[in-house]
Amino acid sequence: MAHLSFTANLSRQTACPEADIPATTIAQLFNQYFSQWPEVRHYVLDDQGEVRKHVRVIVDGLNIQDRRKLSDKLRPKSEVFVFQALSGG
Amino acid sequence: MSHQLLVGTRKGFFIVEKHSKDWEINHAALLGNPVTMLLKDRDDTLHVAIEHGHYGVKLKRSRDGGQTWDDPATPQYPAKPETEIDLDPIRQTSLPWDLKRIWSLECGANQNELWCGTLPGGLFHSTDGGDSWQLVESLWNHPDRKLWAGGGADYPGIHSIMVDPKDSNTIRIGVSCGGVWASFDGGKKWDCHGEGMRAEYVPPEDVYNPKIQDPHRVVQCKSSPDHLWIQHHNGIFRSTDGGRHWKEIETARPSAFGFAVAVHPRKPDTAWFVPGVRDDERYAANGELVVSRTNDGGKSFEVLRNGLPQKHAYDLVYRHCLDIDETGDHLAFGSTTGNLFISEDQGDHWQQISGFLPPVYCVRFA
Repeated sequence: MAHLSFTANLSRQTACPEADIPATTIAQLFNQYFSQWPEVRHYVLDDQGEVRKHVRVIVDGLNIQDRRKLSDKLRPKSEVFVFQALSGG
Repeated sequence: MSHQLLVGTRKGFFIVEKHSKDWEINHAALLGNPVTMLLKDRDDTLHVAIEHGHYGVKLKRSRDGGQTWDDPATPQYPAKPETEIDLDPIRQTSLPWDLKRIWSLECGANQNELWCGTLPGGLFHSTDGGDSWQLVESLWNHPDRKLWAGGGADYPGIHSIMVDPKDSNTIRIGVSCGGVWASFDGGKKWDCHGEGMRAEYVPPEDVYNPKIQDPHRVVQCKSSPDHLWIQHHNGIFRSTDGGRHWKEIETARPSAFGFAVAVHPRKPDTAWFVPGVRDDERYAANGELVVSRTNDGGKSFEVLRNGLPQKHAYDLVYRHCLDIDETGDHLAFGSTTGNLFISEDQGDHWQQISGFLPPVYCVRFA
């Protein structure tokens, strides 16, 4: 189970509780989470399904590499954190 | 007579109301969020577009006068095919099929019908009060849509939508930079109209090309919908035949540069502008903030300054920041400097409502 959590900055805009999700890639993780919390999708991804320019997705302390197709791999106990970049404010 | 003004700013949404004698800010909401457009529909539902720096463009909706907000659907661009070549014609950069800004919101003719103009150039339609939105594909897929270019913004955008009060199947839009387009069948087919518009900022062969013009704002007289006015990037233009032909108005004072225009709802010859110096000097001429008004279709202009700052005022008024109410007596405008003014006598006298707002992005009487 990967653990997904969000910056409190985003929870000010929309409900986005943390969750434990069985997934091996970021794409799988997000798809499962957004099926339960559909409003969160467009805060994180743009209309083409890519990570928004001023959003960061961190897996186990490192930025994901594939912001377009979200193919970065997850370990069984990966910690995934979504938060706002310093840019864009 | 309107007693409520909606104001969208760089840092939130405000409601200004008149009680007894004075106008004052009575409500603030969505603080911290840039508000690029707003609308109160026929059911008194508020629709407010925000452009969040990190999380993208969203619509907020309130059915209780701005006390509580829900998150209805936001217009969404379709998946861009891998083989699609869609380049900004000037910059030759790839146009993102991604909602970058909500720049216009208008009620349609039918209950619950809404139109929404956006950057990078998509027009969206809702028939359920904003619960869902459909891209108007006939316009998006029009081959000449790819001639549209970004102006001050990085991408082209639809800033003006006019549903003809006498024929709801006639819809006109203004595009920066893409001219004025019209549909006469409710949005199924679109054509560009604009003979007579002139662009100073293009190669000579394109000067009168209607499809590359930069109308900053287009407005339509409600009682005489064939009468339209444009504040254009390099001048003021007027049409009396529904936008098919345009005549340049060269008598404006102190300049013909600006973004905003308002037309009287029953007197098509009467229009207001808030001029800046020129393209590369976007502030009030001589530091004197003024409104210009014509009452004779552009033959002559008056410069209105009573109640406006006349010393070291460098305000600029964006395209959606000047509005007129249904009576034609009340006008309001807000500026980049956070000033907000209201006139109750067609601009002869102005009162300052605030000098401390964030930069103003849109005002609208409700």
